[in-house]
Amino acid sequence: MTGGPEHRLFRPGDSPVHRLPPHCKLLALIGFVLATVSTPREAYWAFGAYAALLAVVAAVARVPAGFVLRRMLVETPFVLFALLLPFVADGPTVEVLGLTVSHDGLLGAWNVLAKGTLGVVAGVLLAATTELRALLLGLQKLRMPPLLVQIMSFMLRYGGVITAEMGRMRIARESRGFVARDLRQTPAVAKSAGALFIRSYERGERVHLAMLSRGYTGTMPILVDTRASAAQWAAAATLPAAALAVWAGALLR
Amino acid sequence: MSESPPPTTPPSLAVRGLAYAYPDGHQALFGVDLTITRGERVALLGPNGAGKTTLVLHLNGILTAGAGTVEVAGLPVAGEHLREIRRRVGIVFQDPDDQLFMPTVREDVAFGPANLGLRGAALEERVRHALDRVGMADFADRPPHHLSYGQRRRVAVATVLAMEPEILVLDEPSSNLDPASRRELADVLRSLDVTVLMVTHDLPYALELCPRAAVLAGGVVVADGDTRDLLLDRDLMAAHRLELPYGFDPSSVPA
Ligand SMILES: Nc1ncnc2c1ncn2[C@@H]1O[C@H](COP(=O)(O)OP(=O)(O)OP(=O)(O)O)[C@@H](O)[C@H]1O
Ligand SMILES: [Mg+2]
Repeated sequence: MTGGPEHRLFRPGDSPVHRLPPHCKLLALIGFVLATVSTPREAYWAFGAYAALLAVVAAVARVPAGFVLRRMLVETPFVLFALLLPFVADGPTVEVLGLTVSHDGLLGAWNVLAKGTLGVVAGVLLAATTELRALLLGLQKLRMPPLLVQIMSFMLRYGGVITAEMGRMRIARESRGFVARDLRQTPAVAKSAGALFIRSYERGERVHLAMLSRGYTGTMPILVDTRASAAQWAAAATLPAAALAVWAGALLR
Repeated sequence: MSESPPPTTPPSLAVRGLAYAYPDGHQALFGVDLTITRGERVALLGPNGAGKTTLVLHLNGILTAGAGTVEVAGLPVAGEHLREIRRRVGIVFQDPDDQLFMPTVREDVAFGPANLGLRGAALEERVRHALDRVGMADFADRPPHHLSYGQRRRVAVATVLAMEPEILVLDEPSSNLDPASRRELADVLRSLDVTVLMVTHDLPYALELCPRAAVLAGGVVVADGDTRDLLLDRDLMAAHRLELPYGFDPSSVPA
């Protein structure tokens, strides 16, 4: 069995940020992201302030910068998109490094990059300090529809099982002399993908039977009660509160 | 355990004339009869594809009989009794990955009793006790998919024990266990005061644990009796693809 995705994002630790209840952190993240996305793009200093806030959180959570940087790869497509913008947008143009680019496109690119990066870093920090399992509990706590939370926890539980199954099928293919060299081998891979789908589907059925056998009636029993204290709420609120102050400053200027 | 129950107690399990065809038309059971009294430990033997797993899935109403009846402790397995039936019949499935679906061992073991309405300290105690019995208490906070196969099997047994069933049904419990785990599981099963139906290809294990055995072949029970007598019946064994491991002689094993 290979581990689930939790190993890539989560960074075990015992910092004050790690110890906060997950639903507090989720709300703090949402507050922070709302503040950043609604900040006017011309308020350059505000984005610097947001970045500084995140740096403080990372320091308190003892998450090194390299860890965050490596996990920011998900942002790559947005970066590419942002890099294209100055060349494809209309409107007045400016000269940058000898290239004529659209002024609006340049601002748009900055907007996407700055806000996207802040959001991704904030998300990475949340994921680095909160186990996926706890995040799901947090979502449940925040009145996320229980069915969605259940679906996500099964994805979490069976992601590992299915990855392992995929690995076993690959090993089985390769042990019988199969080498995925070029496109001509695609049919074999596609067929085993089909088999994987059916296997996963039937596994889902068997799991459902097992749940029924243990008295499942459609709702997950709540097993862990994570109640947040006022102090914890206050601690979690520092980030969005500071972001709100920056946001207000940016609007008033 | 072995003293005969008062005649008024209904049998733990009564299967009569059970027939079943899968939705794709393949008929797996052709009229199974099997009665197990309280506290008995019975082995269910039979070749691959005999219908053993199919029979097991009828015992708590996951599959519904095409014909015939299944009763658990006098309650018919149907409709309004299903909740009570599922509390009384604990099934340990063939593949532990089908059975363990929660993110941690503790939550998985708690799932069943929580569905029965247990909460707080009582739930905690039930979980701890069940994990203790199978020697997995130290693994409570681990995710099931990070355990070895044998450990997952033991947790699967704990998930069922936590529901304190009246009848425990195990589908090939000893497969993939190392000899020590296999013996430890036997110790756990022997220590329980419940009715046990154990599906197995492991004939020495059947002899060790179950005084009585039934042979299922081609969707019917073809033999039912003393385990040692069945294992010594060469013709019966040969006719149903049952083979003793090399060098194993049932008559030389102490009773
Ligand atoms: N979901 C299904 N749909 C159709 N046929 C099935 C299904 N599951 C099992 N069968 C068929 O029903 C018959 C009995 O299967 P079952 O799984 O009960 O056998 P078993 O005695 O448990 O075998 P084993 O010892 O290999 O576990 C087999 O012929 C099998 O092919
Ligand atoms: Mg089977």
